[in-house]
Amino acid sequence: MNLVLEAKNINKHFHKPKDFHVLKNISFGVKQGEFASIMGKSGSGKSTLLYILSTMDTDYTGELSINNQLVTGKSQRELSQIRNKNIGFVFQFHYLLSEFSVLENVMLPAKKLAEKSHAEIEKDAHRKLEMLHIGHLAHQRASRISGGEKQRVAIARALINDPTILMGDEPTGNLDSHNSENVFNIFKNLKEEQGLSLLVVTHDEDFAKRTDRIIQMEDGMIIGH
Amino acid sequence: MINWSVILGIAKTHLVTKMKSTVTATLGVTFGIGAYITLVSFMTGLNGMLDDLVLNQTPHIHMYNEIRPSETQPISRYQEFKDAMNFVHSIKPKQNQEKIHNALPILSYLKKHPNVRGATPQLRAQIFYLSGSIELGGNLVGVDIIEEVRLSNIQDNIVEGTPEALKNNTNGILLGAGLAEKMSLSIGDRVQISTVAGDIFPLKIVGIYQSGIAEIDNVQSFANLNTVQRILGESENYVTDINIKLLNIAESEPMARSLEKQFNVKAVDINEANAQFETGSNIRNLITYAVSITLLIVAGFGIYNILNMLIYEKMKDIAILKATGFSGKDVQYIFMAQAILIGILGGFLGLLIGFGLSHLIDNTPFETDALPTITTYPVNFNGTYYFIGIAFALISTFVAGYLPSNRAKKIDPVKIIRGT
Ligand SMILES: Nc1ncnc2c1ncn2[C@@H]1O[C@H](COP(=O)(O)OP(=O)(O)OP(=O)(O)O)[C@@H](O)[C@H]1O
Ligand SMILES: [Mg+2]
Repeated sequence: MNLVLEAKNINKHFHKPKDFHVLKNISFGVKQGEFASIMGKSGSGKSTLLYILSTMDTDYTGELSINNQLVTGKSQRELSQIRNKNIGFVFQFHYLLSEFSVLENVMLPAKKLAEKSHAEIEKDAHRKLEMLHIGHLAHQRASRISGGEKQRVAIARALINDPTILMGDEPTGNLDSHNSENVFNIFKNLKEEQGLSLLVVTHDEDFAKRTDRIIQMEDGMIIGH
Repeated sequence: MINWSVILGIAKTHLVTKMKSTVTATLGVTFGIGAYITLVSFMTGLNGMLDDLVLNQTPHIHMYNEIRPSETQPISRYQEFKDAMNFVHSIKPKQNQEKIHNALPILSYLKKHPNVRGATPQLRAQIFYLSGSIELGGNLVGVDIIEEVRLSNIQDNIVEGTPEALKNNTNGILLGAGLAEKMSLSIGDRVQISTVAGDIFPLKIVGIYQSGIAEIDNVQSFANLNTVQRILGESENYVTDINIKLLNIAESEPMARSLEKQFNVKAVDINEANAQFETGSNIRNLITYAVSITLLIVAGFGIYNILNMLIYEKMKDIAILKATGFSGKDVQYIFMAQAILIGILGGFLGLLIGFGLSHLIDNTPFETDALPTITTYPVNFNGTYYFIGIAFALISTFVAGYLPSNRAKKIDPVKIIRGT
């Protein structure tokens, strides 16, 4: 099956305070429409890996391909375009632009992409917010909504450009069980109804068990998937 | 590709939500530019007035006979001593007439010259003004008053009476204002003058002359040229000075040199005569620019600080923008745009305030005896300064914005998201 994301022999070192081999020969792929989760002890290198896969971190060796296209070695400008168009990212902390409205937060990546008119982007953004049951918050300031709501706004923002893959670094880490369940269902629906590929780091065993595949990490290595 | 509407939108939101900092930074620029415009308009206005005061009184070329020693002593003309070493002690100036030789032919030559707007003969006489038992030393200048009015600003300086009154009175005198005050004389009175030779003449005061320069007003008066010639007992060709106004002032220097050669008289051009004056103007300009640039640099540091602070506060936002696909350049432009918006807003406000203040100064009464024609402070409204002002506002905010925004461009989103 078609791989939307493929990592080959990824190695990374931290040089400060002393040399530390944080990722060791990481090789794996995520298939089209697959919902994969990454688990592992704290400090095993999950976040570090995710930053590399999302093209934000370029200080590594090995090869990374997205949509069968090699992205390793591309310029910062090209990488930011790839992030904009193909990758949606959800952080553990919601990280919205607090001075902008919910709607503007969701619209920003699409405005940057500039493939659609302002009106179309606004319609898309409303649709994504509706889908996540927070349509009524569209015109609220992003700083004036609850944590669970913020997390859903962040998901809506990650989806606005219909990315190839959605990545999350403990997206439910800060949520209660009810809201976690909610986010899991949203992800599940996205996979089932839109064939979206997902790669989510989590510490929540129940969450991970219900995904298609669990990638286990330990000491910077993948020990099972 | 750069999407300006998005970048400007974000920049605008940052500025509006940080209203206090925005206002502070903007006012910094406004203050700098406003002060620059006010200062430079006022200073150059003042310079212009002083220029007029002195330069209008100075002819473009002034010809006179200079007392000086002979360049070749008689002995060196004697062929037999050609190879000898000659010593001459105690050289005295040559017995020289103050009179310009051939003044009338020179005048008619000058009046035909294509670059000459006019040439006026003058006769300067040392005299004493008699007031009771007191003799005041001074001089009396014989002039062709109608020509002087045409060629110089003497009319502005005749504070009482008219030039025509002098023209029509062969015994008339335009008395210096300082002299009139010292001797308690006014228009219509008579004043006695005595020549160096001791002859006494009564003259009728037909006007008061006030140049604004006390040293002149305390000693100098004007009369008709032939009146003074008569007082001195000299003929009609007796002239000590010739003042020339040119059509093209830039020609004054070479023309003075050629006149010197041609007529064997001393000819001083306007630049030579006013060299120190120029220095004064330049120093005043220098001070104006130094103060203005200091103000603008202070304003620039204000913007630099505020943007730096803003970028610290917005680290997370920058990381999110970069994570969601904005490039380093985009982020840099967001902050540059803020600096430049502050520059444009502050700059234009500064121009307005500068214009307002200049206008205020321009309408402030300023009356002084020294300057009879001036009633308000002089201000120079020159578009160039407004152009320089806005250009400077933009350049300084650009520089002040560039460094912080460059830092924003280089921020590593991973570091921020990790929280280190
Ligand atoms: N900037 C850095 N410099 C040096 N070492 C670092 C740096 N960032 C992370 N590390 C180390 O790299 C290892 C992996 O960190 P990483 O954040 O990837 O772990 P993680 O698996 O995401 O852990 P957690 O589950 O707690 O989020 C850790 O041991 C951490 O101490
Ligand atoms: Mg982590």
